[in-house]
Amino acid sequence: MENYNMEKLNFERPIIRKINTGISNKFGMKTEFEPIKHIDNVGVKGLAAEYGSPVFVLSEKTMRRTFNDAKRAFDTRYPKVQFSWSYKTNYLNAVCNVFHSEGSWAEVVSRFEYDKAIANGVPGNKIIFNGPDKTDDDLNTAIKNDSFIHIDHFDELYKLIELAPKHHKKPKVAIRVNMDTGIYPMWDRFGFNYENGEAWEAISKIIISNKLEFTGLHTHIGTFILSASAYAIAASKLAELAVRIKLKFHKDISYIDMGGGFASSNTLKGSYLMGIDTSPSFDDYAEAITTALINSDIDPDNMPLLILETGRALIDDAGSLIGSVVANKKLSDGRKATIMDFGVNLLFTSFWYDHKITPAQDFSHHSETTTLYGPLCMNIDQIRESISLPPLKRGDLVVVSKVGAYNMTQWMQFIMMRPKVVLIDKKGEVHIIRHNETREFVESLEEVPLHLKKAKDVNGNKHKHNGKPVEIDSKN
Amino acid sequence: MKINKKIAISESGFVFNPTTGDSYSLNPIAAEILDMLKKDLSEDEITDALLEKYDVTASVLHRSIDEFIDTLKEMKILENE
Repeated sequence: MENYNMEKLNFERPIIRKINTGISNKFGMKTEFEPIKHIDNVGVKGLAAEYGSPVFVLSEKTMRRTFNDAKRAFDTRYPKVQFSWSYKTNYLNAVCNVFHSEGSWAEVVSRFEYDKAIANGVPGNKIIFNGPDKTDDDLNTAIKNDSFIHIDHFDELYKLIELAPKHHKKPKVAIRVNMDTGIYPMWDRFGFNYENGEAWEAISKIIISNKLEFTGLHTHIGTFILSASAYAIAASKLAELAVRIKLKFHKDISYIDMGGGFASSNTLKGSYLMGIDTSPSFDDYAEAITTALINSDIDPDNMPLLILETGRALIDDAGSLIGSVVANKKLSDGRKATIMDFGVNLLFTSFWYDHKITPAQDFSHHSETTTLYGPLCMNIDQIRESISLPPLKRGDLVVVSKVGAYNMTQWMQFIMMRPKVVLIDKKGEVHIIRHNETREFVESLEEVPLHLKKAKDVNGNKHKHNGKPVEIDSKN
Repeated sequence: MKINKKIAISESGFVFNPTTGDSYSLNPIAAEILDMLKKDLSEDEITDALLEKYDVTASVLHRSIDEFIDTLKEMKILENE
């Protein structure tokens, strides 16, 4: 019977579509013309069969290739470059260690991430500690480990000046600077503002206090920045601060940290063109940043180390989500809808991307417009309002491409549990790097007070006797 | 259940309704089903023929054919006798 099935033809759901003549639809571009049957030569069908659907799949080969593309773009233009892996983008330890093995430091924004970096073997003096919320204990730990503390606000600055004398060494600090780079929205909630003089005030305070070692300047101008020139403005402004520090305090800063925010090749919602055509390349960003620094008035013999904290652009392409069709539906107004087994719980980035979604099996050139919903019993669980896909049927597999960034950190354990994450290594071997959650795992942090334990435990065989549900006494 | 006699169906999966002036395109399986309907095959006979030929479970096939036939009725391509 199995063999017989093998010879049968692939079944595509029958569809009929009205032909509308007239001006062609500028949004009518078909998602994909070829199915994605393999990821790094590993069969998609086999991956789903072995690890379940949905399942996140990461390509180590793509991660390393993308990293080296980025590194090459900067290394060929600037003498001293250091990448620092942005933990929040994807802090699965296997992923972090791919980037650490390529030479990346760790860029963390919480104690949780800080401790993860230490546990991953990153030396304290190769950890950059960003973020607005660092407790006294966090700061003391970072000082002890010689980590770079990027100060976000004056309260933190004064706290560091207070904590420093207990350590018999000067904490290594930088300030985060926010500024107008001509892009909207301007991220002014983090760090000290350049234009209103706050950044200079913070720098002066640090240096004059003589209790902290002022090491560098940091900025992070925003996220998914589609204009490389904004980075040129940011780099120029940081360079101006560096020159002013040299003039006034006769001090060379060790580094300029340009943060992250480089766009990946995903397509933003509402964008007319595909992301692959609009997102700047690593070369574009590198050219803008390094030209601004090299052309600045910084002493060419004392150029600061250039640190980059790009996350999204390094990992997005390496991640795929394999999922399957749960059902097809017709909405009240006749529109088609397709329910998938993954939703916004797993694909947080679907709030701002129109992901590339491709069937994993052969299909004809016919397509239909449908709305993609996730499996959650929640109205907001919509992955795509309108997408043109071949007719899919229950059980058909799809591959959502470029989901490596943020989804595996911002995912929600809401209604459903999180699925497995697997990594395909350079040799094509598949490794589970995060197991799927189980009810026991999710409930392992819960405690149920005795009086709220299962009714039958509390009331013994009373429950069995009368066969009626036993009321739980909430007054106990 | 019969195909509206005025409807023209081409072998390449192109449907034309002269009453409304509407044209439709079919994917290959839809064209195959419409062809069988034209030859007066019953829904059961169509299902059996497709189950024989395609790698599909009976439940998925039934569901797909039912939905397709409903759509054909909505489009007035199929008429109840």
